[in-house]
Amino acid sequence: AFLSSFILDSVCWEVVGVAKLWNEWCRTSSTTNVLPTDSFCLFYRLISDPTVLLCQCSCYVAEDQQFQWLEKVFGSMQKEGLQVTILSTCPVADYKTQESTLTLASPFLKALKTKEFQEQVCCPLLEQPNIVRDLPAAVLSYCQVWQIPAVLYQCYTDVIKLDTVTIEAFKPLLSSKVLKSLVKDASESTKILKKFLTSSESHNNIYI
Amino acid sequence: MFVPCDRAGGSAADLEGFTLLMPAVSVGNVGQLAIDLVISTLDMTKVGYFYTDCLVPMVGNNPYATADENSTELSINAEVYSLPSKKLVVLQIRSPFIKNKYRPFCETLLSWVTDSRCARVVVLSSSHAYQRNDEQLLGTPLRYLLTPDLEKAVGGLMQELNWKEMEKVAAYPGICDTDKVLHIPGGGITKLLFTESCSKGIQMAVLLKFCSEGDNIPDAFVLVNYLNEWLQLVKSEVNSSSQWKIPSSWRLLFGNGLPPALF
Repeated sequence: AFLSSFILDSVCWEVVGVAKLWNEWCRTSSTTNVLPTDSFCLFYRLISDPTVLLCQCSCYVAEDQQFQWLEKVFGSMQKEGLQVTILSTCPVADYKTQESTLTLASPFLKALKTKEFQEQVCCPLLEQPNIVRDLPAAVLSYCQVWQIPAVLYQCYTDVIKLDTVTIEAFKPLLSSKVLKSLVKDASESTKILKKFLTSSESHNNIYI
Repeated sequence: MFVPCDRAGGSAADLEGFTLLMPAVSVGNVGQLAIDLVISTLDMTKVGYFYTDCLVPMVGNNPYATADENSTELSINAEVYSLPSKKLVVLQIRSPFIKNKYRPFCETLLSWVTDSRCARVVVLSSSHAYQRNDEQLLGTPLRYLLTPDLEKAVGGLMQELNWKEMEKVAAYPGICDTDKVLHIPGGGITKLLFTESCSKGIQMAVLLKFCSEGDNIPDAFVLVNYLNEWLQLVKSEVNSSSQWKIPSSWRLLFGNGLPPALF
Protein backbone atom coordinates (compact mmCIF):
# COMPACT_ATOMS: atom_id res chain seq x y z
CA ALA A 1 0.00 0.00 0.00
CA PHE A 2 2.88 2.33 0.80
CA LEU A 3 4.45 1.78 -2.58
CA SER A 4 1.15 2.24 -4.39
CA SER A 5 0.46 5.50 -2.60
CA PHE A 6 3.84 7.14 -2.70
CA ILE A 7 5.72 5.67 -5.60
CA LEU A 8 3.69 3.85 -8.21
CA ASP A 9 1.45 5.38 -10.84
CA SER A 10 0.32 4.40 -14.31
CA VAL A 11 2.17 7.19 -16.06
CA CYS A 12 5.74 6.59 -15.01
CA TRP A 13 5.62 2.83 -14.48
CA GLU A 14 4.70 -0.02 -16.81
CA VAL A 15 3.98 -3.64 -16.04
CA VAL A 16 6.75 -5.82 -17.42
CA GLY A 17 6.22 -9.14 -15.78
CA VAL A 18 4.21 -11.31 -13.53
CA ALA A 19 4.91 -14.23 -11.20
CA LYS A 20 1.97 -16.54 -10.79
CA LEU A 21 1.69 -19.15 -8.14
CA TRP A 22 -0.98 -20.99 -6.22
CA ASN A 23 -1.14 -22.30 -2.69
CA GLU A 24 -3.97 -22.88 -0.26
CA TRP A 25 -3.74 -19.29 1.00
CA CYS A 26 -4.68 -17.78 -2.37
CA ARG A 27 -8.19 -16.39 -2.66
CA THR A 28 -8.86 -17.30 -6.25
CA SER A 29 -10.50 -20.66 -6.78
CA SER A 30 -9.36 -21.22 -10.35
CA THR A 31 -5.91 -22.79 -10.49
CA THR A 32 -5.52 -23.12 -14.22
CA ASN A 33 -6.92 -19.83 -15.41
CA VAL A 34 -5.34 -17.12 -13.30
CA LEU A 35 -6.46 -13.74 -14.62
CA PRO A 36 -4.05 -10.79 -14.89
CA THR A 37 -6.12 -8.90 -12.33
CA ASP A 38 -5.59 -11.55 -9.73
CA SER A 39 -1.98 -12.30 -10.58
CA PHE A 40 -0.08 -12.28 -7.43
CA CYS A 41 3.30 -10.69 -7.98
CA LEU A 42 3.38 -7.89 -10.47
CA PHE A 43 6.62 -6.42 -11.73
CA TYR A 44 6.69 -2.77 -12.78
CA ARG A 45 9.49 -0.94 -14.52
CA LEU A 46 10.14 2.79 -14.42
CA ILE A 47 9.69 4.03 -17.98
CA SER A 48 12.21 6.84 -17.65
CA ASP A 49 14.85 4.55 -16.13
CA PRO A 50 14.45 0.90 -17.10
CA THR A 51 16.98 -0.18 -14.52
CA VAL A 52 14.45 0.43 -11.74
CA LEU A 53 12.07 -2.44 -11.08
CA LEU A 54 9.29 -2.66 -8.55
CA CYS A 55 7.59 -5.85 -7.43
CA GLN A 56 4.19 -5.83 -5.78
CA CYS A 57 3.63 -9.12 -4.05
CA SER A 58 0.03 -9.37 -2.95
CA CYS A 59 -0.15 -12.99 -1.92
CA TYR A 60 1.52 -15.38 0.45
CA VAL A 61 4.38 -17.33 -1.08
CA ALA A 62 4.51 -20.69 0.71
CA GLU A 63 7.79 -21.96 2.14
CA ASP A 64 8.22 -24.65 -0.49
CA GLN A 65 7.64 -22.12 -3.28
CA GLN A 66 10.01 -19.44 -2.05
CA PHE A 67 13.16 -20.98 -3.52
CA GLN A 68 11.64 -21.37 -6.99
CA TRP A 69 10.24 -17.83 -6.80
CA LEU A 70 13.73 -16.54 -6.06
CA GLU A 71 15.40 -18.56 -8.77
CA LYS A 72 12.85 -17.47 -11.39
CA VAL A 73 12.88 -13.79 -10.44
CA PHE A 74 16.59 -13.31 -9.79
CA GLY A 75 17.51 -15.73 -12.53
CA SER A 76 16.13 -13.34 -15.12
CA MET A 77 17.93 -10.32 -13.68
CA GLN A 78 21.42 -9.05 -14.11
CA LYS A 79 23.13 -9.26 -10.72
CA GLU A 80 25.96 -6.87 -11.52
CA GLY A 81 25.25 -3.56 -9.79
CA LEU A 82 21.95 -4.87 -8.45
CA GLN A 83 20.54 -3.41 -5.26
CA VAL A 84 17.43 -4.71 -3.54
CA THR A 85 15.04 -3.02 -1.09
CA ILE A 86 12.33 -5.06 0.59
CA LEU A 87 9.32 -3.69 2.49
CA SER A 88 7.34 -5.94 4.76
CA THR A 89 5.05 -5.91 7.78
CA CYS A 90 4.75 -8.17 10.76
CA PRO A 91 2.59 -8.30 13.90
CA VAL A 92 4.18 -6.49 16.84
CA ALA A 93 3.32 -9.49 19.03
CA ASP A 94 6.15 -11.34 17.27
CA TYR A 95 8.70 -8.76 18.41
CA LYS A 96 10.91 -10.03 21.20
CA THR A 97 11.98 -7.50 23.75
CA GLN A 98 12.73 -7.23 27.44
CA GLU A 99 9.61 -5.17 28.05
CA SER A 100 6.09 -6.14 27.12
CA THR A 101 5.00 -5.33 23.57
CA LEU A 102 1.95 -3.56 24.96
CA THR A 103 4.12 -0.68 26.11
CA LEU A 104 5.92 -0.28 22.78
CA ALA A 105 4.99 2.62 20.52
CA SER A 106 3.88 0.74 17.41
CA PRO A 107 4.01 0.83 14.47
CA PHE A 108 7.78 1.05 14.22
CA LEU A 109 10.36 0.20 11.58
CA LYS A 110 13.33 -2.11 11.95
CA ALA A 111 15.89 -2.96 9.30
CA LEU A 112 18.17 -5.81 8.32
CA LYS A 113 20.88 -5.44 5.72
CA THR A 114 23.31 -7.66 3.87
CA LYS A 115 27.06 -7.33 4.22
CA GLU A 116 27.40 -5.53 0.87
CA PHE A 117 24.84 -2.84 1.69
CA GLN A 118 26.87 0.25 2.50
CA GLU A 119 24.27 3.01 2.54
CA GLN A 120 22.64 4.67 5.48
CA VAL A 121 19.69 2.76 6.89
CA CYS A 122 16.54 4.80 7.67
CA CYS A 123 15.77 3.21 11.03
CA PRO A 124 17.39 1.08 13.77
CA LEU A 125 18.56 -2.42 12.94
CA LEU A 126 16.60 -5.43 14.14
CA GLU A 127 18.13 -6.63 17.38
CA GLN A 128 18.78 -10.20 18.45
CA PRO A 129 16.98 -12.48 19.21
CA ASN A 130 14.46 -11.32 16.59
CA ILE A 131 14.33 -13.07 13.24
CA VAL A 132 12.53 -12.59 9.94
CA ARG A 133 10.74 -15.36 8.06
CA ASP A 134 8.95 -16.07 4.76
CA LEU A 135 9.64 -14.40 1.42
CA PRO A 136 11.48 -11.36 2.82
CA ALA A 137 13.86 -13.75 4.61
CA ALA A 138 14.29 -15.84 1.47
CA VAL A 139 15.17 -12.77 -0.63
CA LEU A 140 17.56 -11.39 1.97
CA SER A 141 19.27 -14.81 2.39
CA TYR A 142 19.75 -15.02 -1.38
CA CYS A 143 21.27 -11.52 -1.44
CA GLN A 144 23.57 -12.23 1.52
CA VAL A 145 24.87 -15.48 0.01
CA TRP A 146 25.40 -14.06 -3.49
CA GLN A 147 26.82 -10.77 -2.15
CA ILE A 148 24.10 -8.45 -3.47
CA PRO A 149 23.54 -5.26 -1.44
CA ALA A 150 20.05 -5.48 0.01
CA VAL A 151 18.04 -3.98 2.84
CA LEU A 152 14.80 -5.13 4.42
CA TYR A 153 12.52 -2.69 6.21
CA GLN A 154 10.13 -4.54 8.49
CA CYS A 155 7.25 -2.62 10.04
CA TYR A 156 5.92 -4.04 13.31
CA THR A 157 2.27 -3.12 13.64
CA ASP A 158 -0.58 -4.00 15.95
CA VAL A 159 -3.30 -3.53 13.33
CA ILE A 160 -4.38 -6.43 11.14
CA LYS A 161 -6.21 -4.49 8.45
CA LEU A 162 -4.74 -1.86 6.18
CA ASP A 163 -4.49 1.53 7.91
CA THR A 164 -2.83 4.89 7.27
CA VAL A 165 -0.75 4.88 10.43
CA THR A 166 1.07 1.70 9.43
CA ILE A 167 1.47 2.84 5.83
CA GLU A 168 2.91 6.14 6.96
CA ALA A 169 5.36 4.37 9.25
CA PHE A 170 7.33 3.69 6.08
CA LYS A 171 7.66 7.42 5.38
CA PRO A 172 11.30 7.69 6.53
CA LEU A 173 12.16 5.62 3.45
CA LEU A 174 11.07 8.45 1.15
CA SER A 175 14.23 10.30 2.04
CA SER A 176 16.49 7.32 1.28
CA LYS A 177 18.79 7.41 -1.73
CA VAL A 178 16.80 4.74 -3.55
CA LEU A 179 13.32 6.16 -3.19
CA LYS A 180 14.02 9.90 -3.13
CA SER A 181 13.87 10.29 -6.88
CA LEU A 182 10.79 8.14 -7.25
CA VAL A 183 8.37 9.89 -4.91
CA LYS A 184 5.12 11.12 -6.38
CA ASP A 185 3.32 14.37 -5.74
CA ALA A 186 2.02 14.63 -2.14
CA SER A 187 -1.62 15.40 -3.01
CA GLU A 188 -1.76 12.33 -5.26
CA SER A 189 -0.58 10.20 -2.37
CA THR A 190 -3.23 11.40 0.07
CA LYS A 191 -5.96 10.75 -2.53
CA ILE A 192 -4.78 7.18 -3.08
CA LEU A 193 -4.41 6.53 0.64
CA LYS A 194 -8.03 7.56 1.17
CA LYS A 195 -9.12 5.23 -1.62
CA PHE A 196 -7.31 2.28 -0.04
CA LEU A 197 -9.05 2.70 3.25
CA THR A 198 -12.56 2.96 1.84
CA SER A 199 -12.09 -0.07 -0.42
CA SER A 200 -10.67 -2.26 2.32
CA GLU A 201 -13.73 -1.75 4.49
CA SER A 202 -15.85 -3.86 2.15
CA HIS A 203 -13.47 -6.83 2.24
CA ASN A 204 -14.24 -7.64 5.82
CA ASN A 205 -13.09 -11.21 5.83
CA ILE A 206 -12.13 -13.00 9.00
CA TYR A 207 -10.09 -15.51 7.01
CA ILE A 208 -6.91 -13.52 6.46
CA MET B 1 25.45 -26.15 -1.66
CA PHE B 2 28.38 -24.62 0.19
CA VAL B 3 29.07 -20.98 -0.70
CA PRO B 4 32.16 -19.48 0.95
CA CYS B 5 31.96 -15.99 2.49
CA ASP B 6 35.23 -15.03 0.98
CA ARG B 7 35.22 -15.81 -2.72
CA ALA B 8 38.94 -15.24 -3.11
CA GLY B 9 40.04 -18.11 -0.89
CA GLY B 10 39.66 -21.79 -1.74
CA SER B 11 36.59 -23.66 -0.53
CA ALA B 12 36.71 -27.44 -0.62
CA ALA B 13 40.43 -27.83 -0.10
CA ASP B 14 40.41 -26.00 3.25
CA LEU B 15 38.48 -28.75 5.02
CA GLU B 16 40.75 -31.69 4.33
CA GLY B 17 41.21 -33.75 7.46
CA PHE B 18 38.76 -31.65 9.45
CA THR B 19 36.04 -32.96 11.71
CA LEU B 20 32.59 -31.72 10.67
CA LEU B 21 30.27 -31.17 13.60
CA MET B 22 26.60 -30.67 12.83
CA PRO B 23 23.18 -30.90 14.48
CA ALA B 24 20.13 -32.83 13.44
CA VAL B 25 16.92 -30.81 13.74
CA SER B 26 15.42 -33.08 16.38
CA VAL B 27 13.26 -33.15 19.49
CA GLY B 28 13.92 -30.16 21.74
CA ASN B 29 16.41 -28.76 19.20
CA VAL B 30 19.09 -30.10 21.54
CA GLY B 31 21.65 -30.68 18.80
CA GLN B 32 21.27 -27.12 17.52
CA LEU B 33 21.51 -25.64 21.02
CA ALA B 34 24.64 -27.68 21.70
CA ILE B 35 26.19 -26.45 18.45
CA ASP B 36 25.35 -22.87 19.48
CA LEU B 37 27.37 -23.45 22.67
CA VAL B 38 30.32 -24.82 20.71
CA ILE B 39 30.39 -21.93 18.22
CA SER B 40 29.91 -19.32 20.92
CA THR B 41 32.50 -20.71 23.36
CA LEU B 42 35.22 -21.38 20.78
CA ASP B 43 34.52 -18.01 19.10
CA MET B 44 34.45 -19.64 15.71
CA THR B 45 34.64 -17.67 12.47
CA LYS B 46 31.93 -17.90 9.83
CA VAL B 47 33.44 -19.24 6.62
CA GLY B 48 30.41 -19.79 4.44
CA TYR B 49 26.76 -20.55 3.91
CA PHE B 50 25.04 -23.83 3.16
CA TYR B 51 22.57 -22.46 0.61
CA THR B 52 19.74 -24.92 0.13
CA ASP B 53 16.07 -25.09 -0.79
CA CYS B 54 15.52 -27.82 1.81
CA LEU B 55 15.22 -25.56 4.85
CA VAL B 56 12.63 -22.90 5.70
CA PRO B 57 14.24 -19.48 5.04
CA MET B 58 15.02 -17.19 7.95
CA VAL B 59 17.42 -14.30 8.63
CA GLY B 60 18.51 -12.33 11.64
CA ASN B 61 21.47 -10.43 12.97
CA ASN B 62 24.54 -12.17 14.37
CA PRO B 63 23.38 -14.62 17.07
CA TYR B 64 26.82 -14.76 18.69
CA ALA B 65 27.23 -10.99 19.02
CA THR B 66 29.25 -9.90 22.00
CA ALA B 67 29.27 -6.14 21.37
CA ASP B 68 27.60 -3.53 19.18
CA GLU B 69 30.36 -3.74 16.59
CA ASN B 70 29.84 -7.38 15.71
CA SER B 71 26.06 -7.46 16.11
CA THR B 72 25.10 -6.25 12.66
CA GLU B 73 26.25 -9.14 10.52
CA LEU B 74 23.38 -10.95 8.85
CA SER B 75 22.95 -14.68 9.50
CA ILE B 76 20.84 -17.11 7.46
CA ASN B 77 19.35 -20.52 8.16
CA ALA B 78 22.41 -22.71 7.54
CA GLU B 79 25.96 -21.49 8.03
CA VAL B 80 29.42 -22.97 8.30
CA TYR B 81 31.95 -21.94 10.95
CA SER B 82 35.53 -23.09 11.35
CA LEU B 83 38.37 -23.29 13.85
CA PRO B 84 41.50 -24.37 11.97
CA SER B 85 43.57 -24.71 15.18
CA LYS B 86 41.40 -27.64 16.25
CA LYS B 87 40.71 -28.82 12.68
CA LEU B 88 37.04 -28.31 13.42
CA VAL B 89 34.34 -27.15 11.05
CA VAL B 90 30.76 -26.70 12.25
CA LEU B 91 27.53 -26.52 10.29
CA GLN B 92 24.67 -24.85 12.15
CA ILE B 93 21.09 -25.37 10.97
CA ARG B 94 18.56 -22.87 12.26
CA SER B 95 15.22 -23.79 10.71
CA PRO B 96 13.07 -26.86 10.09
CA PHE B 97 13.12 -28.97 6.94
CA ILE B 98 10.62 -28.40 4.19
CA LYS B 99 8.40 -31.38 3.51
CA ASN B 100 9.93 -34.10 1.30
CA LYS B 101 13.36 -32.49 1.45
CA TYR B 102 15.11 -34.79 3.95
CA ARG B 103 16.67 -37.03 1.33
CA PRO B 104 17.84 -34.28 -1.08
CA PHE B 105 19.47 -32.49 1.85
CA CYS B 106 21.27 -35.63 3.03
CA GLU B 107 22.55 -36.27 -0.47
CA THR B 108 23.81 -32.70 -0.93
CA LEU B 109 25.41 -32.69 2.51
CA LEU B 110 27.15 -36.04 2.14
CA SER B 111 28.47 -35.22 -1.31
CA TRP B 112 29.89 -31.97 0.12
CA VAL B 113 31.53 -33.99 2.91
CA THR B 114 33.13 -36.33 0.39
CA ASP B 115 34.19 -33.55 -2.00
CA SER B 116 35.78 -31.46 0.73
CA ARG B 117 37.59 -34.53 2.11
CA CYS B 118 36.47 -34.11 5.71
CA ALA B 119 37.97 -36.78 7.90
CA ARG B 120 34.78 -37.52 9.82
CA VAL B 121 31.34 -36.19 10.68
CA VAL B 122 29.84 -35.94 14.16
CA VAL B 123 26.08 -35.46 14.36
CA LEU B 124 24.49 -34.16 17.57
CA SER B 125 20.93 -35.29 17.93
CA SER B 126 18.17 -36.30 20.31
CA SER B 127 15.34 -38.77 20.54
CA HIS B 128 11.96 -38.84 22.24
CA ALA B 129 12.35 -39.84 25.88
CA TYR B 130 8.86 -41.31 25.97
CA GLN B 131 9.74 -43.88 23.31
CA ARG B 132 12.40 -45.60 25.41
CA ASN B 133 11.94 -49.24 26.27
CA ASP B 134 12.23 -50.55 29.84
CA GLU B 135 16.00 -51.05 29.79
CA GLN B 136 16.64 -47.59 28.38
CA LEU B 137 14.70 -45.95 31.20
CA LEU B 138 17.55 -46.77 33.57
CA GLY B 139 21.07 -45.40 33.47
CA THR B 140 22.48 -42.74 31.20
CA PRO B 141 20.21 -40.99 28.67
CA LEU B 142 23.15 -40.54 26.30
CA ARG B 143 23.89 -42.85 23.37
CA TYR B 144 26.34 -43.05 20.49
CA LEU B 145 26.47 -44.65 17.05
CA LEU B 146 29.48 -45.20 14.80
CA THR B 147 29.58 -46.12 11.13
CA PRO B 148 31.72 -49.23 10.45
CA ASP B 149 34.55 -47.08 9.05
CA LEU B 150 34.75 -44.94 12.16
CA GLU B 151 34.26 -47.95 14.45
CA LYS B 152 37.62 -49.25 13.27
CA ALA B 153 39.28 -45.95 14.17
CA VAL B 154 37.71 -45.01 17.50
CA GLY B 155 35.66 -47.99 18.66
CA GLY B 156 38.18 -48.74 21.41
CA LEU B 157 38.00 -45.20 22.76
CA MET B 158 34.25 -45.49 23.22
CA GLN B 159 34.78 -48.61 25.35
CA GLU B 160 37.28 -46.75 27.51
CA LEU B 161 34.90 -43.83 27.98
CA ASN B 162 32.25 -46.35 29.01
CA TRP B 163 29.77 -45.02 26.49
CA LYS B 164 26.57 -46.83 25.64
CA GLU B 165 25.77 -47.70 22.05
CA MET B 166 22.26 -46.98 20.79
CA GLU B 167 20.31 -50.22 21.01
CA LYS B 168 18.47 -51.67 18.06
CA VAL B 169 14.80 -52.37 18.64
CA ALA B 170 12.57 -55.11 17.30
CA ALA B 171 11.15 -54.32 13.89
CA TYR B 172 7.84 -55.91 14.79
CA PRO B 173 7.59 -55.72 18.58
CA GLY B 174 5.50 -58.42 20.13
CA ILE B 175 5.30 -60.39 16.91
CA CYS B 176 8.89 -61.16 16.04
CA ASP B 177 11.65 -60.10 18.42
CA THR B 178 14.60 -61.34 16.43
CA ASP B 179 14.54 -58.80 13.60
CA LYS B 180 16.25 -55.72 15.03
CA VAL B 181 16.38 -52.30 13.38
CA LEU B 182 17.76 -48.90 14.26
CA HIS B 183 14.97 -46.60 15.41
CA ILE B 184 15.52 -42.95 16.39
CA PRO B 185 12.08 -41.40 16.95
CA GLY B 186 12.16 -37.62 16.97
CA GLY B 187 15.65 -37.60 15.51
CA GLY B 188 14.80 -35.89 12.24
CA ILE B 189 17.37 -36.75 9.57
CA THR B 190 19.67 -38.60 12.00
CA LYS B 191 18.80 -42.12 10.93
CA LEU B 192 18.86 -41.27 7.22
CA LEU B 193 22.23 -39.54 7.52
CA PHE B 194 23.64 -42.47 9.48
CA THR B 195 22.42 -45.22 7.15
CA GLU B 196 23.55 -43.29 4.08
CA SER B 197 26.99 -42.75 5.63
CA CYS B 198 27.28 -46.45 6.42
CA SER B 199 26.61 -47.36 2.81
CA LYS B 200 28.89 -44.62 1.42
CA GLY B 201 31.81 -45.49 3.68
CA ILE B 202 31.81 -42.12 5.42
CA GLN B 203 33.22 -41.96 8.96
CA MET B 204 30.29 -40.69 10.98
CA ALA B 205 29.44 -40.65 14.67
CA VAL B 206 26.04 -39.81 16.12
CA LEU B 207 25.80 -38.57 19.69
CA LEU B 208 22.28 -38.32 21.02
CA LYS B 209 20.34 -37.73 24.20
CA PHE B 210 16.88 -38.94 25.16
CA CYS B 211 14.80 -35.90 26.03
CA SER B 212 11.42 -34.23 25.74
CA GLU B 213 10.32 -30.82 24.50
CA GLY B 214 10.53 -28.08 27.09
CA ASP B 215 13.41 -26.07 28.45
CA ASN B 216 16.16 -27.95 26.65
CA ILE B 217 19.08 -25.80 27.73
CA PRO B 218 20.18 -28.32 30.41
CA ASP B 219 19.93 -31.10 27.77
CA ALA B 220 22.18 -29.07 25.48
CA PHE B 221 24.79 -28.74 28.23
CA VAL B 222 24.68 -32.47 28.93
CA LEU B 223 25.08 -33.30 25.24
CA VAL B 224 27.93 -30.85 24.68
CA ASN B 225 29.79 -32.18 27.74
CA TYR B 226 29.32 -35.72 26.36
CA LEU B 227 30.87 -34.55 23.08
CA ASN B 228 33.69 -32.91 25.02
CA GLU B 229 34.61 -36.18 26.73
CA TRP B 230 35.64 -37.44 23.29
CA LEU B 231 36.77 -34.41 21.28
CA GLN B 232 38.23 -32.41 24.20
CA LEU B 233 37.22 -29.07 22.69
CA VAL B 234 37.48 -27.21 26.01
CA LYS B 235 39.12 -28.04 29.28
CA SER B 236 36.75 -30.07 31.44
CA GLU B 237 35.85 -28.30 34.66
CA VAL B 238 34.33 -29.59 37.88
CA ASN B 239 31.28 -27.35 37.40
CA SER B 240 30.34 -28.75 34.04
CA SER B 241 28.38 -25.79 32.68
CA SER B 242 30.81 -22.97 33.44
CA GLN B 243 33.20 -23.67 30.59
CA TRP B 244 30.55 -23.04 27.91
CA LYS B 245 29.54 -19.53 26.87
CA ILE B 246 25.84 -18.93 26.30
CA PRO B 247 25.25 -16.91 23.08
CA SER B 248 23.36 -13.62 23.20
CA SER B 249 20.60 -15.03 20.97
CA TRP B 250 19.41 -17.30 23.80
CA ARG B 251 17.76 -14.32 25.49
CA LEU B 252 13.98 -14.24 25.73
CA LEU B 253 13.58 -17.90 24.76
CA PHE B 254 10.33 -18.04 26.62
CA GLY B 255 8.76 -14.75 25.56
CA ASN B 256 8.83 -11.06 26.34
CA GLY B 257 8.54 -9.24 29.57
CA LEU B 258 5.14 -9.11 31.21
CA PRO B 259 2.81 -6.13 30.78
CA PRO B 260 2.65 -4.24 34.06
CA ALA B 261 -1.12 -3.89 33.66
CA LEU B 262 -1.40 -7.63 34.26
CA PHE B 263 -0.93 -7.11 37.98
